[in-house]
Amino acid sequence: MPRPLHKEFLKGLWEEIPPFRLVLGLCPVLAVTMTVENGIGMGLATTFVLVCSNVLISILRNQIPPKVRIACYILVIATFVTIVDMLMQAFTYPLYQKLGIFIPLIVVNCVVLGRAEAFASKNSVLPSLADGLGIGIGFTLSLAALGALREAFGNGTLLGHSIFGPGYQPLTFLVEAPGAFIGLGILLGLMNLISQRR
Amino acid sequence: METYILLAITCIFINNIVLTQYLGICPFMGTSKAMETAVGMSMAVLFVLVMAGSVTWMVEHWLLAPMGITFLRTIAFILIIASLVQFVEMFLKKSAPGLYAGLGIFLPLITTNCAVMGACLLAISAEYTFMETLVASTAYALGFGLALTLFAGIRERLFKVRVPGPFRDTAIGLVAAGVVSLSFFAFKGMG
Repeated sequence: MPRPLHKEFLKGLWEEIPPFRLVLGLCPVLAVTMTVENGIGMGLATTFVLVCSNVLISILRNQIPPKVRIACYILVIATFVTIVDMLMQAFTYPLYQKLGIFIPLIVVNCVVLGRAEAFASKNSVLPSLADGLGIGIGFTLSLAALGALREAFGNGTLLGHSIFGPGYQPLTFLVEAPGAFIGLGILLGLMNLISQRR
Repeated sequence: METYILLAITCIFINNIVLTQYLGICPFMGTSKAMETAVGMSMAVLFVLVMAGSVTWMVEHWLLAPMGITFLRTIAFILIIASLVQFVEMFLKKSAPGLYAGLGIFLPLITTNCAVMGACLLAISAEYTFMETLVASTAYALGFGLALTLFAGIRERLFKVRVPGPFRDTAIGLVAAGVVSLSFFAFKGMG
């Protein structure tokens, strides 16, 4: 009995939200969330790849021989990553430069491969689309949340606007590598706390 | 010679691949729960990264760049790494069964380890020569192993302390990783 489409979509926003519930794909989460803007940009690029590869893999799921399926999935994902890479180079060049090697590295983001293997290879096109979209948006929200935390306290700004006024002493370490780890750890702990209370 | 030593030190400590470049975090968190798995993963990464670094350099400079198809880099590199991992796996199974059994499931997992792909891409964008690429990939892999084994030692102790419920396991692990990263942050002053 297939689940309704909106449920497949909504599970990505809380129940299985990456990277908190599925602790996968941590590298871009830590690397690009110096600011909210970078986080959202990275999230949307990943969403695009996730949706397209989920749809294509679910169309091809009966044609792909099971023995070489992982190689086929990686090839499909790499194709869409290349498309995103070229699109961002053409239309959002400043963001493209900031994200750097993490755009080609979407190809080794375990979230994308994980959804292909765990969902798209077993379900038809529409549920796979909903799943990809949900998980992608969940991923974007997580990145934006961590970006907001780090940008607000590490730099005193939000989307480039000052929020605490000129007297605020920013905790600069939050925008550096150690702050990324600690910020994500604290967010993860808070998420666990909230879901325990429910 | 001096430049190579400097490059190696930079890649191991100052630009440590896990703690300052944010690459390979998934295996870093996933295999650091016990010292044994951490050492296995580090060995496997060292093995594959050095080979992948040199092969991707050859492909980039002898194939992709002369033909003007560098936009295929992502696809080419991931295919190289995937087939290299497969090849290494088959080779080890046949010629070094002891090592193969030791590395176990870590070998296939390396395909999606972004430290390998990331180090190859970094070496290309830094425009290293072949020798520099070789040194840098070895040093990156050693840096990965250093960070991973250091962290595994800390994590084994974390299991023995009482941590508030919601922070148990991964959450406190990330905070601890932040502290380790803070100590590597100090190396930045050397650069």
